[in-house]
Parts: sequence; structure tokens; C-alpha cells
Amino acid sequence: MFVPCDRGGDSASSDFKGSTLLVPAVSVGNVGQLAADLVISTFDMTKVGYFYTDCLVPMVGNNPYATAEENSMELSINAEVYSLPSKKLVVLQIRSPFIKNKYRPFCQTLLSWVKSSKCARVVLLSSSHAYQRDDEQLLGTPLRYLLTPDLEKAVGGLMQELNWKEMEKVAAYPGINDTEKVLHIPGGGITKLLFTESCSKGIQMAVLLKFCSEGDNIPDAFALVNYLNEWLQLIKSEVNTSSQWKIPSSWRLLFGNGLPPALF
Amino acid sequence: MATFFGEVVVAPSRAGVDDEESAEEACEETPEDREIRRELKKKREIDVLWTLKSGASSEGSAGEAFVCSKFIIAMGHNAAAFLSSFILDSVCWEVVGVVKLWNEWCRTSNTTNVLPTDSFCLFYRLISDPTVFLCQCSCYVAEDQQFQWLEKVFGCMRKEGLQVTILSTCPVADYKTQESTLTLPSPFLKALKTKEFKEQVCCPLLEQPNIVRDLPAAVLSYCQVWQIPAVLYQCYTDVIKLDTVTIEAFKPLLSSKILKSLVKDVSESTKILKKLLTTNETHNNIYI
Repeated sequence: MFVPCDRGGDSASSDFKGSTLLVPAVSVGNVGQLAADLVISTFDMTKVGYFYTDCLVPMVGNNPYATAEENSMELSINAEVYSLPSKKLVVLQIRSPFIKNKYRPFCQTLLSWVKSSKCARVVLLSSSHAYQRDDEQLLGTPLRYLLTPDLEKAVGGLMQELNWKEMEKVAAYPGINDTEKVLHIPGGGITKLLFTESCSKGIQMAVLLKFCSEGDNIPDAFALVNYLNEWLQLIKSEVNTSSQWKIPSSWRLLFGNGLPPALF
Repeated sequence: MATFFGEVVVAPSRAGVDDEESAEEACEETPEDREIRRELKKKREIDVLWTLKSGASSEGSAGEAFVCSKFIIAMGHNAAAFLSSFILDSVCWEVVGVVKLWNEWCRTSNTTNVLPTDSFCLFYRLISDPTVFLCQCSCYVAEDQQFQWLEKVFGCMRKEGLQVTILSTCPVADYKTQESTLTLPSPFLKALKTKEFKEQVCCPLLEQPNIVRDLPAAVLSYCQVWQIPAVLYQCYTDVIKLDTVTIEAFKPLLSSKILKSLVKDVSESTKILKKLLTTNETHNNIYI
């Protein structure tokens, strides 16, 4: 459930009507979450609430977007909501994996919150195993999109203009029957479930995903935010957009501590 | 996935959901499977048994909520032993509750006569001030049980005027720092506090990119969301078993506002610490 930070005061900070909601899927390489971190960090988004749930593994830490001593002491939990009213942008950041068998209840809770908060549309940032690509997918762009029917009506044309590639369906029974096609997003976590549920619930959702493998996924995160930016134009894209995304301070030491000097 | 050397390995997916498998499982689940799942879920349920003033035991949810001004929770053997050595005694404190749980790593029972190396979760109340509660949780509370623990324990407490202190330990190898952890003088304390906690902390705050997990994280998250002042003191140590050096690393807390008034006699503490050491050795064998 969504719990606002500011209980008293005005509820303007948690009024998401008409906003674009960015949600990362916990997926291969954590690319969606890294991309969400970049958006929150670059625009210095304000934390407006928590997504309190028993479906995610608990974790806490100090402010991952701290820029100075003064703002480094605010506690962060595993699922938090950030807002940028000037761009009508809301981000739900998810920082830990699902507890076993809890991903379905989480999807239900998330989608019912999406409906009740009256967000205009949801953009799900995700990724899929690069090694599962077929011969055609190995060539060209590793970025894909999906739109629910309700959003297709609104922005389908724009995707054509941007020359984006829609996520291909694969044969349900490869080698046996190639006519029946299904959506298959290996390594995408709850992406497929959220997407199919959104289709049936009339939610305007777009899925933006990148094919990648586990490893140093920072470049993948940059690729995904730049992809998102082609559509939403959060940063003006005349100049080199990659250099304009701000890496959060918590991205330090991703690959371990320093080495003991005695090793050499 | 293929590695650089050309071998194909099965990489664990951070996605956490083998979606295709789970979908198939859901379709193929027989009534027997569902029954087994239900039984397992029941077996993993946590029971919080409170002993009321009259001495009768009751389930946590029945009856009125306790008024609680201070709740001190020690998680893990060393933190629990710290409280046993420096705070708890049988004269000033009474046992008021116990948690019964089972998971793959441990099982607790409702006995209150426990050794420092046992798995147990007990609640105590200060006799002279029944709003002060203390918990020693020396058992592993699994991921899927943490939320239950929270709801069943905090569900019995009135939140107004409540302040929570959590003591916990974790391996120093988990500490992320620019230097190597080999050169760090461990054990050392780091703190995390909720927005509402306005008092002085007894040690430096835990810097990013370090995080805290498991039950301490669950309790602190709960307090942050529901605006309860709370502080977590995490001791980073390189000893996994009961160890007096690790226990003594918590000593700076004895001068904190919350614990200052609860500290017992120093000579008592030294005696208990010595006893702990011998108890520990009895349980040692040739394997470290």
C-alpha cells in the first residue's frame, strides 16, 4: 500500500492524477532499477511516500541519492515513491527481490494502486536475457517496446515515427507449430504478468526493455534511459544526453571493496 | 549465459521469477500440491504467546494493546548476550512473551530457560516500569516470516510515545568500503535511524552504499513508514559465534538515553560475560 511521507499537510505531493508513472521490473541485470535511479538522481526528485508491502525482501539504508552531508542521513526502504511535479513524473523505485510466491499479490497491489492514483500512464522499465534472442534479434537494436491496447491508441503513431521496434512474439511450440505466437520475456521478472494484466484491465502501460546479460549493467541502464528519453523528452536531446544523467552516490563499490595492499 | 571462455553456465536470475515455470506449475497444481502448500504455509506461521499479568498465556492478538514507551530488540546471539550481561536480570525484569517458529534454519519453543547459544525469541518487561519492553531474538526469522513477526509483535503495542532500539550484528566482510575490510579495526558499530528519531546516536551512521537486511531492516522499515522514532545499531564483526569482544563492542550504547537508566551493576556484568565464555567453550568441539 502507498503510505505518504507527509501525513498532515496538503496531499498535493501525493496527487498523481494525470502523471506518468515509471516502474522498474526487477529483472536481469537490474537494468530497470538502475535506470530509475538515474532518473531520480538526475532530476533530484523528492520522496513523497513508501510502497509498504510484505511481498519484497526488507532492506534499509541511508539516502542513496545523497549529494552532501546534510541530505545523507535520510533513511530509505525497499520500495519508495518519488515525484517531479514540473514534469508530471512519478517514479516507484524497487530495491529488493520478491519473497517466494509473493510476486502475484505484488502485481495485484501495484495495479490497483495505479488505478486508484489515476496516473495517466505507466512505463515499465525492464530487461530480458540477451542469450535467448533468436537470429534476427541478434542484429540491430537491443531495445524493444510494448504498448497495451489503450496506450497504443494514444501513442502508437509516435513509436512508428521514432522507428522503435516492438517486442516480437515467439512460437508457443517452437519446432512443432510455428503459427501460435506468445509473448515471452525471459529474465523480465514480472514484466509479462504486469503487461498482460494491464491489457485486460484497460491500463495504459508501455514496456521499455533492453536485451542484456548480468555483469556491469551501467551502460545498459544508460541505454534504457536514453531510449525512454527519446519518447518522454525529459532531457533535451540536442546535446549528448548520456553525459546529462547524474549517477547517484550509492553506485560506488558495485564490484566490491578495495584490495588489501598486502596482496601485492 | 555464455562466459568469455565459451562455457555455458546457468546464471541465477535477479529477476527472481522463473515466470514460465511458475505459470505452468500453477496450472498443473493438483489438490494434493495445494494441500502440501497450505500445510507448509501453516507450519511456517509464527505464534507470539504473551503471558499477561495474571499469568495466563494468550495469543498476541487477543486483549488490549500494551502501552509501550521503550522497546529494545536484540537480534542475534551476540546482541542478545549483550543485553543479558548488561541489562537483564531476574529481579528487575519478567518474561512476558515468547515466539514459537519453525523454518529450515531453526526452531524455537516456548521454554524460557535458554542457553545463550540456543535459538529463542523472548520478550521481557521491566517490573518497575511496565511500559519498557525488551526482546532477545536469537533465532533466524526467514524472509517470509519477517512481516508476520512485525505485525504480530507491533500489532500488540500502542504506537504513541513508542521509541524502538535495535541491536544487531553482521559479518564485517559485508561492509562496503574503499579500503579492504582486512585493514578495518573490527568489531565496530554503525547506526541507522528513522526520520522521527531526534536523539544523539552513539556511533557514526552507516554510509551508502551499505545496506541492512533481514529482521533488523524489517523493523526499521516499519518504524520509518509508520513514523516511529527508532535507531538500529549494527555491529560489524569478523566472529560469527558468541564472542565477548563483539558483545563489548555494544558498550557505547550504555551511555545512551534509552539504556542509561537500565544498566545493572558492573561486577554482575563481568561475571556473566565470563560465564558466557565458558558456556560457549563447552559447546565447542574440534571444528571451528
